[in-house]
Amino acid sequence: MLSKRIIPCLDVRNGVLTKGVKFQGNVDIGDPVLTAKKYYEEGADEIVFYDITASHEGRGIFLDVVEKVASTIFIPFSVGGGINSVDDMRDALNAGAEKISVNSGAVKNPDIISEGAVRFGSQAVVLGMDVKQVEKTEDIPSGYEIVIHGGRKHMGMDAIEWAKTAEALGAGEICVNSIDADGTKDGYELTLTRMIAESVSIPVIASGGAGNPKHMYDALTEGKATAALIASIVHYGEYTIPDLKRQINAMGAKMRMVW
Amino acid sequence: MLAILKYKAGNQTSVRRALDHLGIPNKITADPDEIMAAQGIIFPGVGAAGQAMDELVATGLDQILKQAVEAGKPLLGICVGCQIMLDYSQENDTKALGIIPGQCNLFNPAWEEEDGTPIRVPHMGWNRVTPRKVCELMRGIDTDAEFYFVHSYYPDPTPEYVLATTQYGHEICAIHGGPGLWAVQFHPEKSGRPGLKFLQNFYAYCREAEHAE
Repeated sequence: MLSKRIIPCLDVRNGVLTKGVKFQGNVDIGDPVLTAKKYYEEGADEIVFYDITASHEGRGIFLDVVEKVASTIFIPFSVGGGINSVDDMRDALNAGAEKISVNSGAVKNPDIISEGAVRFGSQAVVLGMDVKQVEKTEDIPSGYEIVIHGGRKHMGMDAIEWAKTAEALGAGEICVNSIDADGTKDGYELTLTRMIAESVSIPVIASGGAGNPKHMYDALTEGKATAALIASIVHYGEYTIPDLKRQINAMGAKMRMVW
Repeated sequence: MLAILKYKAGNQTSVRRALDHLGIPNKITADPDEIMAAQGIIFPGVGAAGQAMDELVATGLDQILKQAVEAGKPLLGICVGCQIMLDYSQENDTKALGIIPGQCNLFNPAWEEEDGTPIRVPHMGWNRVTPRKVCELMRGIDTDAEFYFVHSYYPDPTPEYVLATTQYGHEICAIHGGPGLWAVQFHPEKSGRPGLKFLQNFYAYCREAEHAE
């Protein structure tokens, strides 16, 4: 049986690990390569690097980080942030990432998903979606809307429809990030996660809101996610990855316990 | 030195990084002389089977691989490399290398996991690998160790070639072949310490095979 995955997410700005709350007020907290190595050795199942640098110069620094990571850890890792073209995907894959996560770039130009899937394979293309709960309307029947720019811009797209579209275009996996839950440590948005997981047959990663192992267990069972993304609860040392895995495994969601 | 087969459908650099980390001499190459002179060959692959076969045929590397196998050169196929060592793949209706008898099939999304939930395709993540026969490459690896898989099609060789299996909806083949000729569906280069040990075992086999000649 496939194990559920725990995926620490590292936000990187100008080559430095950073973490913000609700996409605001980022603080620098360390070296991404050393942090990745630590999580790898502690049994992380996968790692996500998210480039939140805006500048062109910062992009080069980020790709250098990706290359160093690829020579240091021997588990899959994906790269997101600033992926707006097939060339951006290629650069990240050439630097050593297994997967690329497209988010607002795909909202603006959905064809990037199919182009990436044809060129690099579906397994390499992850759709990241930032979602906010809104009032149910004709355009947003699920009550969950796609947003970009850290939640500042509403796109008038229903999250469920977008997930189905992305799957049809060839995405190999979907990472569902709730802007409402992000950074709160109150738990994942289970209703949203489950709705997405039930509407597609590709793997779904729950993101935003992890505060303790029970939250993660809930996302992996009730939320029907195959993986749980985490950030601050491990970055600040509240929990270690082995702690989390042991506890979630004991609750009954199968974890990879030998590494 | 291990030759990592260079063609457009490979994830050669991931394999190279893992071998470099282990201090195993290696070279990414498409040169027939270099390939035949190597102690062993690693044949990686990502993407679609049809495209990978087209690339091999267009470059003549399909024939080099067959010659290497006939000459008894140790070979390790990974992921799509593992799949196209069989006769045929349902993916793109592809006639494959035919080095090991069998074919490669699409996962049936109606299959269920042990907890009763339908399987998601691709099979993406970590799963246990259970030996069905003696496999030198699994030597020294914890029986509870897991390996990283990512694939939508699975190898289905004739039963005598199945060396190890994994469970995803059904029991499916994870390693097939025999001594000196291995095909693995998972990615040893991305499977942490157990995967690195697996690659080390392959290199150890290659060195022994060379000295035995």
